[in-house]
Amino acid sequence: MEYIFSLEFIYLIASITYILGLKMLGHPETARRGNLIAAGGMTLAIFGTIFLYQGEVLTQTYLLIGSAILIGTIVGWAIAKKVAMTKMPELVSLFNGMGGASAALIGLIEFHHYVGDTMSIITILAGIIIGSISFSGSMIAWAKLNGTLNKPLRLPKYNMLNNIIFLVLVAFAAYMTYVGTGSQLYLYILFFGALAYGVLFVLPIGGADMPVVISLLNSFTGLAAALGGFLYGNMVMLTGGILVGSAGTILTFAMCEAMNRSLFNVIFGGFGDTDVSVEGSTSSVKGSIKKTTASDVAILMNYSQRIIFVPGYGLAVAQAQHAIHELEQLLVAKGIEVKYAIHPVAGRMPGHMNVLLAETNVDYDKLAEMEDVNPEFSNTDVVFVVGANDVVNPAAHNDPSSPIYGMPILDVENAKQIIVNKRSMKPGYAGIENELFFNQKTSMLFGDAKTVIQSLITEIKGM
Amino acid sequence: MTEFIDFISNNLQMIYIVILMIFVGVEIIGHVPAVLHTPLMSGANAIHGVVIIGAIIVLLGADADNILAQALGFVAVLLGTLNVVGGFVVTDRMLEMFKKKK
Repeated sequence: MEYIFSLEFIYLIASITYILGLKMLGHPETARRGNLIAAGGMTLAIFGTIFLYQGEVLTQTYLLIGSAILIGTIVGWAIAKKVAMTKMPELVSLFNGMGGASAALIGLIEFHHYVGDTMSIITILAGIIIGSISFSGSMIAWAKLNGTLNKPLRLPKYNMLNNIIFLVLVAFAAYMTYVGTGSQLYLYILFFGALAYGVLFVLPIGGADMPVVISLLNSFTGLAAALGGFLYGNMVMLTGGILVGSAGTILTFAMCEAMNRSLFNVIFGGFGDTDVSVEGSTSSVKGSIKKTTASDVAILMNYSQRIIFVPGYGLAVAQAQHAIHELEQLLVAKGIEVKYAIHPVAGRMPGHMNVLLAETNVDYDKLAEMEDVNPEFSNTDVVFVVGANDVVNPAAHNDPSSPIYGMPILDVENAKQIIVNKRSMKPGYAGIENELFFNQKTSMLFGDAKTVIQSLITEIKGM
Repeated sequence: MTEFIDFISNNLQMIYIVILMIFVGVEIIGHVPAVLHTPLMSGANAIHGVVIIGAIIVLLGADADNILAQALGFVAVLLGTLNVVGGFVVTDRMLEMFKKKK
């Protein structure tokens, strides 16, 4: 009795650390401590589970658990420490998939112990389905962000097909529950079916929507963990899982809003890049573009009073974060006011751009969020758009046929001068033309972001 | 049907927790600046690694002669650890960068 009490007590503490940790993660000053607190609670819960376990355990089993945890810790730690910050989204996706797989495996092992207990079987089967979808879906998201799989692959009528497969999966699980089968064959059919669904679910989705997908799969894994908690009556799994499930869902909503998609559209609609409208909007953009050179831009910047940088993922790809920070410091030293305008979905994840810029020691106060910075564009002399495209596309305001219509954007067109740095005229992630480039006030500065910014620095230094 | 009602009344405590936790999760996220969305997602990702507790319970309870269960349990614990350790470490790395400069 004593043992059970202390383990329950440990779980209670761990649950509190999760709530506190997540709460603290929401504020810049406390975020890091919050993460560590949650990690501490998790460590406590893990060791409590191992050492306060009721019942006889073979030494061999302890060795097995110990080595699994040891290997996992070393590998996980090494990967997390080594990976470049630009690769962060795919890493989160990868770790999320691991959790999903773990949840599915638990279900696979426990199934035969619970045959006949209807509610437990429902919990287990739901855990297997959700965990597997989360695993295979995350792996596809990982491969897509990685560039291994860069084209959306679509089977004919993929939408209907996916929904049918999902319904068949649910119906099959319901049938298994109803008959009370103990068949391992059926179990594995369900498992592989769910894995296949996860692949088909994410495969047709374009890379631009991957953050939403990862966030969604993140809350799926939370749900799968919570189902495990329900099965064992384990409070810490239940609280942790549900907490992530609901928080993840809210985060998904927030992202959908930033990208102008409804959640229904995300789950059942064909989302991703809309190849139909590409042709339509290409022809609607007319006019010519104006090219400029680094020295002209340097002069322009040198005689400006207020400059706003608009960084996009292109900046990160070119590894130009350090260069732009240097440019910023140079301009600030000349008495020019410089800010970064950060679109919520700039980069490959919400807030990704902030992380990348923070890595290069850009002042936290210089990073302005969209709502705060939008009114400021009208009294800004120069806007410097680096590697961003869709988030500054005015079509979101004035072209109802555009796939990004209604998406909140940075209103850079209100500034007096707009300089756009891009490698070429290739459309951005959403695959649509940007009329901003044809704007009278816009000059295009072609070239690799890093090279271009470095030559700007040299030019300005020489003035 | 009776089974369902039995289930509800037997697990009332857990159902309460589920409902309250849903609201806690919603409340916590409601006030987060977009800047912190990525670390937050990553932190939440680490927390659902709590599934490792289930994996450990499975392995602790697995029959010594059931090789398949042992092997799958081993993999489940391993993957769970990856989720937990990788998740927390990567979140810490991201947040380290937000450190205020003096």
